[in-house]
Amino acid sequence: MATISQSFPRSPADVSQEVTPAARAFSVLDLIGNTPLLEITRLTDGLLRPGVRIFAKLEGFNPGGSVKDRAARKMIELGLARRDLRPGKVILDSTSGNTGIALAMVGAAIGYPVELVMASNVSRERKKIIEAFGAKPIYSDPLEGSDGAIVLCRELIDADPDRYFKPDQYNNEANPLAHFETTGPEIWRQTRGGVTHFLAGIGTSGTIMGTGRYLKSRNPEIKVIAVEPDDAMHGLEGLKHMATSIVPGIYHEQQLDDKIPVSTEDAYEMVYALGQFEGILVGQSSGAAMVAALKLARSLREGTVVTVFADFGEKYLSTNLWIGWQEWRREHLQRLIGKWNVSANATT
Amino acid sequence: MAVRVRVPTPLRRFTAGVDEVTAEGDSIKAVLEDLDRRHPGMRERLMDDNGELRRFVNVYLNGDDIRFLNQLSSKVKDGDDISIVPAIAGGR
Repeated sequence: MATISQSFPRSPADVSQEVTPAARAFSVLDLIGNTPLLEITRLTDGLLRPGVRIFAKLEGFNPGGSVKDRAARKMIELGLARRDLRPGKVILDSTSGNTGIALAMVGAAIGYPVELVMASNVSRERKKIIEAFGAKPIYSDPLEGSDGAIVLCRELIDADPDRYFKPDQYNNEANPLAHFETTGPEIWRQTRGGVTHFLAGIGTSGTIMGTGRYLKSRNPEIKVIAVEPDDAMHGLEGLKHMATSIVPGIYHEQQLDDKIPVSTEDAYEMVYALGQFEGILVGQSSGAAMVAALKLARSLREGTVVTVFADFGEKYLSTNLWIGWQEWRREHLQRLIGKWNVSANATT
Repeated sequence: MAVRVRVPTPLRRFTAGVDEVTAEGDSIKAVLEDLDRRHPGMRERLMDDNGELRRFVNVYLNGDDIRFLNQLSSKVKDGDDISIVPAIAGGR
């Protein structure tokens, strides 16, 4: 698929535009985006210098339940506009979950069939949601991870190329473009241009690439920082350890100011902490984002740190995320905080 | 006792890219420790400092999740089939 990076708007949207939820919508697609920005206050109480604040963009409020609704809508819109997607075609992609849910939802909303290749060890909830939207799951070997799903998806398309439209979230510039056009401007408006650091986990890298590009177009001083698993062997569903993965075509590491590695255990415990101290139940990638945001924020004298909570946590209740959580106590969080000891070395 | 161990992609850098290796031991824990002797670096990816299975690591003994058997103490016998599967699929 041709890239459309050149089509990023030169003049970003008017910041004075206020976000007002639609009183009435004619399609679920119109309800994507304009998610709330929540300041994390209780968890950070006493841990940050007075001029430092952390905000999280709650992408679980999207109708499909995750940040992936944005990219899915944009990729399908552009596919239809270019007639790469047209009646008779099937939407097919490899995805371990949230993009699959988003594509299934969009496909249902516009009346196109959707087939999704995913490793068979994705959570039960995700599989059921995808099926509830009428999409067909195709399972790949769990030992091969998401890269195995990518390879199987390629094989299916090679066998019958005219049958499928592949949004190709890893290489489709519509993915970061969705964030350049929506997530970035929303954060800019919601912080009244005050954001100083933006952090997001990297899976396809669409969120951080597009949002980062927009924010830097408004203020080149804003630092854009990726959050990634600390090792190839990890349990952070949705995130990629870039050094050992198939690198997405949309990923441009030189556009990042820094990367913060997060261990799976720290991220899981942060999920517990966010539930218990903020009243917000999120998935493990959001836990990782919060760990990184807190590490970074504790190294700052002042700043407004914005991160993305990619989804809520209901989809993960049956997963390993919750193994051992009963043993978790507040002192575990204190130990965790002591361990970090402002070690992020991130840009201040 | 020699068993067959299926290795997931993220751990194959320790097995020179091989997806299936042999290890010995009379329990899952012994097998994983032998695996680390043969392929150094495996242990810390699979077990925590207390020697417990890390939360995001699933181990299957002949297709059964060892968390529903006798955890790391689950007994193994010659010819058993062990799979190590991370709890996630990666990507999005």
